[in-house]
Amino acid sequence: MSIFEILGQRLIIGLGTLLFVSVLVFLGTEILPGDVAHAILGQGATPELVEQVRERLGLNEPLHVRYFVWLTNFVSGDFGTSLANGADIGTEIGRRASNTILLALSTALISVPLAVALGLMAAVKPGGMVDRTITSASLALISFPDFLVAVVLVTIFAIKLRWLPAIASIRPSYELLDWVRILILPVTALSFTILAHMVRMTRSAVLNVLASPAIEMAILKGVPRKRLLLRHALPNALGPIINVVALNLAYLISGVVVIETLFNFPGLGRYMVEAVTNRDVPIVQTCAMIFCSFYVVLNMSADILSILANPRVRYKK
Amino acid sequence: MSPETRTWQGELKDAMSDLTPGVTFCILFLIAVFIIGAFAPWFAPFDEGEILTNESFAPPSAMLWLGSDYLGRDVLSRLIYGVRVTLFLALIITFLSFFAGVGLGFLAAAFGGKIDSWMSRGNDAMLSFPALMLALIVINSLGSSFVVLVFTIAFIDMTRVYRVARALAVNIMVMDYVEAAVVRGEGKGWIVWHEVLPNALTPLAAEFGIRFTYAILFISALSFLGLGVQPPQSDLGVMVKENMQAILYGEYTTLYPAFGIALIAISMNVFVDWLLQRSSAKLPDEI
Amino acid sequence: MRDTSQNGPLLKVRNLDVSVRDKKGHEYKIVDDISFDVQPGEVIALIGESGSGKTTISLGCMGYTRPGCYITGGTVNLDGTQVLDQSLPKLQELRGKEITYVAQSAAASFNSAMTIDAQVIEIPVITGAMSREAALAKAEKLYSDLELPDPGSIGKRYPHQVSGGQLQRLMAAMAMISDPRLLILDEPTTALDVTTQIEVLASFKKLIKDNNTAAIYVTHDLSLVAQVADHILVLKNGQMVEYGTTEQIISDPQHEYTQALMAAAHLMPDEIHAAPPVIQPEPPLLQVKGVTAGYGTQQEIIALRDIDLAIHAGETVGVIGESGSGKTTLGRLISGLMVPKSGGVFLDGNALAPGVQQRSRAELQQIQFAFQMADVALNPRQRLNKILSRPMMFYQGFKQAEATKEVARLLERVGLPTEFAWRFPPELSGGQRQRVNLARALAAKPRLIICDEITSALDTIVAQQILDLLEDLQDELGLSYMFITHDIATVSKISERIAVMRHGRILAQGPVDQVLSPPCHEYTQLLLNSVPEMRTDWLDEAVIERRKLVAALDGI
Repeated sequence: MSIFEILGQRLIIGLGTLLFVSVLVFLGTEILPGDVAHAILGQGATPELVEQVRERLGLNEPLHVRYFVWLTNFVSGDFGTSLANGADIGTEIGRRASNTILLALSTALISVPLAVALGLMAAVKPGGMVDRTITSASLALISFPDFLVAVVLVTIFAIKLRWLPAIASIRPSYELLDWVRILILPVTALSFTILAHMVRMTRSAVLNVLASPAIEMAILKGVPRKRLLLRHALPNALGPIINVVALNLAYLISGVVVIETLFNFPGLGRYMVEAVTNRDVPIVQTCAMIFCSFYVVLNMSADILSILANPRVRYKK
Repeated sequence: MSPETRTWQGELKDAMSDLTPGVTFCILFLIAVFIIGAFAPWFAPFDEGEILTNESFAPPSAMLWLGSDYLGRDVLSRLIYGVRVTLFLALIITFLSFFAGVGLGFLAAAFGGKIDSWMSRGNDAMLSFPALMLALIVINSLGSSFVVLVFTIAFIDMTRVYRVARALAVNIMVMDYVEAAVVRGEGKGWIVWHEVLPNALTPLAAEFGIRFTYAILFISALSFLGLGVQPPQSDLGVMVKENMQAILYGEYTTLYPAFGIALIAISMNVFVDWLLQRSSAKLPDEI
Repeated sequence: MRDTSQNGPLLKVRNLDVSVRDKKGHEYKIVDDISFDVQPGEVIALIGESGSGKTTISLGCMGYTRPGCYITGGTVNLDGTQVLDQSLPKLQELRGKEITYVAQSAAASFNSAMTIDAQVIEIPVITGAMSREAALAKAEKLYSDLELPDPGSIGKRYPHQVSGGQLQRLMAAMAMISDPRLLILDEPTTALDVTTQIEVLASFKKLIKDNNTAAIYVTHDLSLVAQVADHILVLKNGQMVEYGTTEQIISDPQHEYTQALMAAAHLMPDEIHAAPPVIQPEPPLLQVKGVTAGYGTQQEIIALRDIDLAIHAGETVGVIGESGSGKTTLGRLISGLMVPKSGGVFLDGNALAPGVQQRSRAELQQIQFAFQMADVALNPRQRLNKILSRPMMFYQGFKQAEATKEVARLLERVGLPTEFAWRFPPELSGGQRQRVNLARALAAKPRLIICDEITSALDTIVAQQILDLLEDLQDELGLSYMFITHDIATVSKISERIAVMRHGRILAQGPVDQVLSPPCHEYTQLLLNSVPEMRTDWLDEAVIERRKLVAALDGI
């Protein structure tokens, strides 16, 4: 198979997965009990009223028709209106998505290079002081629930020292500095949670490569230490590291939801949690689709990147 | 290696001699937590729902060792009952996911071919869902109850266990000793039970620990979001949520349950790490 | 050429000790008080079986130990430089320039993410010893000296785009690029097929001679090393057993261990014993008729073509071929692990069902399979008692108590103590495990045992013992063997009839003396030509002969 065929295949698999995800999101939210009409009208609604609402929402159409209508609307950017207050979901999503992207992106930009660097540092001398410190710290950190780090950070920096705000609500008048002040705590908390996994997995990926005969050969050739790591070990560890990074950026999804709720941050995650609490189905569907698509695309890109990083695939026999 | 080290008594003795103080402490802590959770009514000084004082967030006293919560209930008693609920749910979830995941994973590996490829494809499709999203969608539709929580999280966990168990079994199935049993004419069941399982036990034990920790963290996160355990029942996550606002006024009650979760999870992770390092077993994939 | 007129040895190793420390802090010596000299331009061979410490010593000469090992005593002096006292940067300089290394498996030791050229010229270029252009020119010259095809462009490829034999030579080029004073070759031909091996060995020998480089040659194969070494150092369990000139060691070994090594060396027997002229009853015990088989969903990757083979009661049929010849596939097909695309397998003239699942227990019982690697063929979590009693219970319906009694007898029969029944396989040595592996096949009371390379992972002396055991069992029980191997010397000693396989076909078969004596098939001749002889001039002759044969084979 040529490299383009492999990449094409991955793209098709990715698209198929997205389709599957959309079916499951739709079925999961529509087919199960808790009819949307009942949810809107509450307990005491008369059957006639319920029927009226069902008609208006298109709930009497067959399932597959509703699915296709829903999917085409979603793809064309029409997310419908909130059941709770009738507001257009699209506008709300647009505002909140940019906040969430800002949060997630800052976290990724800080934690990924840091994690890879720490993982490398630990792997260079396994069993040494640096390694033991990094490994035990990260072992403790992966055991922390998402909210613990945040609570501790808030306690210290917002309550005790009063350096930073404990709540990250946003006002339109905010300027860059305000944004930075607001984001520091959520981003730090979020970074910690995904950092620990990433450090541990990077370390073991690099250790695997360092134990290979090719590295022993390079040592016996007299390759200096720095070159050994950067030129010989790193290119071979690249594929595994890319997968590690992708896997952990996926943790961001659950992290984002928890951290946004905790800091009252107006992002997609909190939007979704509130919608689940209120059973606001269209919002839940839209948010779930956005998060799941992000996840699928992330995994697919990691897959493709790690294929590209493998010289055995790049240069065929 | 002497012959005795391979009997289970010998292995236990060998394992005991490998214990470091840190690991010993973690194991003892876990045992203690389990006992306290199992016999919560005996250990808790008060009932979990009993309102003992009008004072919210009373400071620790001779009666209320860790003070009171926002409703004036005893934090220590609620902590003990919370541990009980958290551990109970996590245990059921882990057992369920484990038996289903290992069973299906071994099945796929033992039969291979089409069965394996369809099962694994289905599983991969489920894995393309972020765990929290799956849980939120189900809770959105069915509401949150113990049954919904247990089965949803167990299902999510099962897909992860399946992947690990299948990979372990596939690695063992290609060994010559399995091939030797195949040429002998042994059936699949015998092979899985006598050849595969004994060689997968240690990594599976480690995986069990990892899944258990994961279940605890997952339930706690859901409860914290208000979508897990519902009041009046409460687990550690609910306790964190309930007392969260107080932190703004400088009350740290919410930190007790949060650190409780962390301590249980750390101890389990230290134990698992030790187990894996000692047997130099490796889990096929970290998820 | 370097000035080698100075006096004294190039490398002086004195009282070298290396220990391993296990997780609990216990220390074991794996190299014990080793001293030797290497003179300029001289090749010294370190010979020993697995665990003899030969690789550890050679790595120690470069001031390197594998993780978990520590140099605990002694000195290594390279022309006045105390290697073991050097700082890491100094060592790196030394390793790149003065002492270089050729690893056992070039396929694993080349970095798959860099081109070959980039790796070959890396050290001289980064240390500034040569310009890039000069280094590339030198590399190209080395490639052509090593008789690599297309020396101008082979270096632009990535390691996985080049064959194993070529990679091994490319690694030698990498080692020679900075004109080292000492070259260490660690089993450089062991991973190669027998017919490739001599070609590579010959080019190594030429390289060393032309550059007048001193070398340490590490190997387990006494017959091979006789071709290249001036001195031989025999090692056992980390200690020196014997040291002498090559002439002395091969013609007059003093120590009994060296003598045993010599006796077990892979040499062709002086005379191949002819099969007894017995008229074999028809139908034969086992017959393979017109079998074609392959891998893939439609068996489209053909591994066996038109195979016809018969095995009679009480005889040993050797099946010989190199990797990829289909010999193991044939064994797997007979035992039902693989299904033929066409043709069939017959037992006593009756057709056998193609797959294991469709065969009856009585049929399965008659043909047993013994695997190559005893360490993976025995479940590490089952006691020998369970491993050995299971076939008895499965085929003969024994109760556990009866089986346990029988296990004791069986263990005794294969030369193991009866109390081993309660041990687990990892507690046994390699040779002991291979005995258990055979015993498991015997436990079924079969008529035919398919032995798949059962001696090739063993050290030569132990392998010889297993072969002796096989012959004893055959005499006693009238067993038949199908002996699958790549080693023509071994197979010529123990088989009555042999089949030579290449590219999935049987090229020649018949009584061993007929197949192996001239005039024989060119490929058989090539295999025979590749078996080392203990003459120092053998290699040069063999290489010339090999070229002719390869040319003839290509012409077919």
